[in-house]
Amino acid sequence: MIIATTINACSSSEEKKSQVSIDGAAVGFPISLAVAEEYGKVKPEAKVSVASSGTGGGFSKFCNGDIDIAGASRTIRDEEIKKCKSKNIQFVELPIALDGIAVIANRQNNFVKCLTIKELGKIWGGESDGKILRWNQVNPKFPNENLKLYAPSSDTGTFDYMTQAVTGKAKNGRTDYTATQNQNLLVQGVAGDATALGYVGISYYIQNQEKLNLVAVESPTGKCEKPVPVDNVIKNIYTPLSRPLFIYVSKKSLDTKPAVKEFVDFYLENSWKWVDSVGYVALPDEAYVKVIRKFASGETGTKFKKAKPGEPITNFI
Amino acid sequence: MQNTNYRDNPDILSRQSLNKNASEDISEKIVATILFACALVSVLTTFGIVVIIFQETFSFFQEVSFAQFFLDTKWTPLFADRHFGVWPLINGTLLTTAIAMAVAIPLGLSSAIYLSEYAQPQVAAILRPAVELLAGIPTVVYGYFALLFLTPLLRNLMPLEIFNALSAGLMMGIMITPTVGSISLDAIKAVPRSLREGAYALGITKLETIFKVVLPAALSGIIASIILGISRAVGETMTVLIAAGQQPRLTINFMESVETMTAYMAQISGGDSPRGSLNFKTLYAVGAVLFILTLALNIVSHWVANRFKEKYE
Amino acid sequence: MSTSYQPDDSLDSSAEFTDNVESRETLGKVFEVLFLLGLLIGLFVLALLLFDIFRDGLGRFLSPGFLTETPSRFPDQGGIRPAIISSVLLGSVVILVTVPIGVGAALYLEEYAPKAWWTAIIEINISNLAGVPSIVYGLLGLGVFNYLLGFGPALISGALTLSLLSLPVIIVAAREAIRAVPDSLRNASYGLGVTKWKTISSHVLPYAVPGILTGVIISVSRAIGDAASLIVVGAVGFLTFNPGLFQRFMALPIQIYSYITRPEPGFASAAAATIIALLILILLLNGIAIYIRQRFSIS
Repeated sequence: MIIATTINACSSSEEKKSQVSIDGAAVGFPISLAVAEEYGKVKPEAKVSVASSGTGGGFSKFCNGDIDIAGASRTIRDEEIKKCKSKNIQFVELPIALDGIAVIANRQNNFVKCLTIKELGKIWGGESDGKILRWNQVNPKFPNENLKLYAPSSDTGTFDYMTQAVTGKAKNGRTDYTATQNQNLLVQGVAGDATALGYVGISYYIQNQEKLNLVAVESPTGKCEKPVPVDNVIKNIYTPLSRPLFIYVSKKSLDTKPAVKEFVDFYLENSWKWVDSVGYVALPDEAYVKVIRKFASGETGTKFKKAKPGEPITNFI
Repeated sequence: MQNTNYRDNPDILSRQSLNKNASEDISEKIVATILFACALVSVLTTFGIVVIIFQETFSFFQEVSFAQFFLDTKWTPLFADRHFGVWPLINGTLLTTAIAMAVAIPLGLSSAIYLSEYAQPQVAAILRPAVELLAGIPTVVYGYFALLFLTPLLRNLMPLEIFNALSAGLMMGIMITPTVGSISLDAIKAVPRSLREGAYALGITKLETIFKVVLPAALSGIIASIILGISRAVGETMTVLIAAGQQPRLTINFMESVETMTAYMAQISGGDSPRGSLNFKTLYAVGAVLFILTLALNIVSHWVANRFKEKYE
Repeated sequence: MSTSYQPDDSLDSSAEFTDNVESRETLGKVFEVLFLLGLLIGLFVLALLLFDIFRDGLGRFLSPGFLTETPSRFPDQGGIRPAIISSVLLGSVVILVTVPIGVGAALYLEEYAPKAWWTAIIEINISNLAGVPSIVYGLLGLGVFNYLLGFGPALISGALTLSLLSLPVIIVAAREAIRAVPDSLRNASYGLGVTKWKTISSHVLPYAVPGILTGVIISVSRAIGDAASLIVVGAVGFLTFNPGLFQRFMALPIQIYSYITRPEPGFASAAAATIIALLILILLLNGIAIYIRQRFSIS
């Protein structure tokens, strides 16, 4: 059996053509997983590999020509665009779902119900490093208790997005908090610590609602909004902490590998069925229509770069 | 051990040249060359490691000064406010290693002493391989156990963070116990019976013999085993990656989360930094520190074992 | 016990010699128990670990399809077949690569190498390489196999990286085994006019096989259980197909790590179940080796 597998394993270029490789953000990974899994049921001979090296890692491999599709929880950066250009890789930017960043607190915490963006910036911004250590420093109405912080680590797209949204500058975050790429453990941390505050992707909150209190965030209209019901995310009511998730597809792969085009078609047409079950939010219907049309046209380049957190996504497809 | 080494004995070597058949001679030469090439692979490996790591490290130091790397006390290359002080990572490594050795040395030595001095041979024959099993378990399993079993358990006793140096350190200690124990056991067993029996003849109890005669005699091997254990702990990745955390910190508080050099390297490899970026180069810079540290430990370990070895004849 | 002689007046008699044998022996017994305890603690933790894993994972492991299906996003569905195939392939390549090179290197050092400075360098090299952390091997593999040779993040890169990782231990074990073969065997063979290589291949190696096998098994077990180097080389977390040599790949330890980091609670069981699979694979390897050793061992 080993010999047969090994002989099988010497892959011809024919075989390489039928491989589809995706890599990218840990946020959004479950969506690609679901699509790959369902695609495998429809087309058993398909060869899809899904990795989650993080948004930056995904782009790195993507712009190097190593993978066909990059999953991202933020838009592509200028340096990354430059690198892709240098390797002649053009990309089609496709939003595929929405995500909300949920601000979570311990179940026993009965004083923090709503936080403004300014307060969030004070809690999480770089200038607060080592300084903002107690709740009443954030808002004098809060009790004088220890402020224990939990958040995704600095090499994640979620961290990038949050710091951008609350301080105006990406990665401008304090360094003295409990950081991990595993958001499941952030949930555990906040759930186990009465003085804790954290932020996680919305799917992690939804999975663990009984253990956590959800903190509303004040939107630019002045109202305190929560990411659930998920309609708030779809209609962009929960803003600015709602964000689109993307896949970037390599034009080169599209042109040379029909398997990639088939897979992405399947993705765009069907992913809405499974997005909710893996804890994310489906795009509004109009958006899907526009996305499918964009993919069919093969239009390359990024439009979302100009989008600010909080603006409706249909403007940028 | 063997006393005839062909390298030392020219007579035997010259006997080979009595080969009458010329073609056999050539095939012998070919074989010898092939085997030499095999041995060379190891040299190439070291060469490869050194070149690759230090090439990128050199490139790293074009952008970050030595002072920044060795004198700064914060490691925040991925944040807007970038610091490249490597000490928090080294601190994480040393803290978890210290905890690990605090476990591995007593347990390892106890095992070695018991197995060699007290246990019946049949019992020892079962117990020794059982302890060796601990070294054969994949390290990711220790990480799993530390995070999902040990940390929740210990949190009932003390205010541990979910990621902390203690759980990771304790599990590493268990994992390294066979390393310390096995080499120490060999060293202890190598102490001749005559030494022990001389001690008994002088009226010393068994315990005193162990502490005053056997252990001092086996000391070089024991110390070598400890240094080797330290080297293993320093180089361990998965246990600390899963259980110790990703927060580089200068602290001796083992209840907090820390990040070790190895965990940082794994985080960057599996993470967000594009190849060729400064962030990616930090992978190699930290790798260089790690490599030099483990190399130094290994060399010292061998030196101690050989230099201070008791000659019993 | 009382002393059997009278203290000499000329000696300082302020210190009386009592041999205290009873208390010393008691202390000895106390320490004996302590040493035993030290030994048993390690074994106790091992037992606890195995118990915990089986308790968490056995149910999931025995669920139908776990070993034969591809992974799913649902924790209680799907299986780990691609990971198993990957690990088996990785292990096979490691054995195929390291045994010839490792035994070859060991033979060179034991039978052919003259006592020169370069031989000492090779030897120091090997003993240092045995202590290099596996993640550093990952860096080497990334640079040489992924980038330099252009294989990219494929199974062959992972397998060759693991091979380099395993090589030093195999060389050391093979050397011990070859060294242990009595010289009388070699001398008898040469005395009959047999050439060097024939002597080695027909007479020395067969006796060294058990020792060599032990080294191979220890090495390959460690290689199959290693995740750090594969993370650097680029193993993926999800595959829908059985990987070939030049395709993206997985491995059981990577699968375990991947499951540990997924949010849904059921994945902890899946992780434990995968650990069981890995441990069984390692056990199987060791079992095969022991069997081969018994079969082909010449006493």
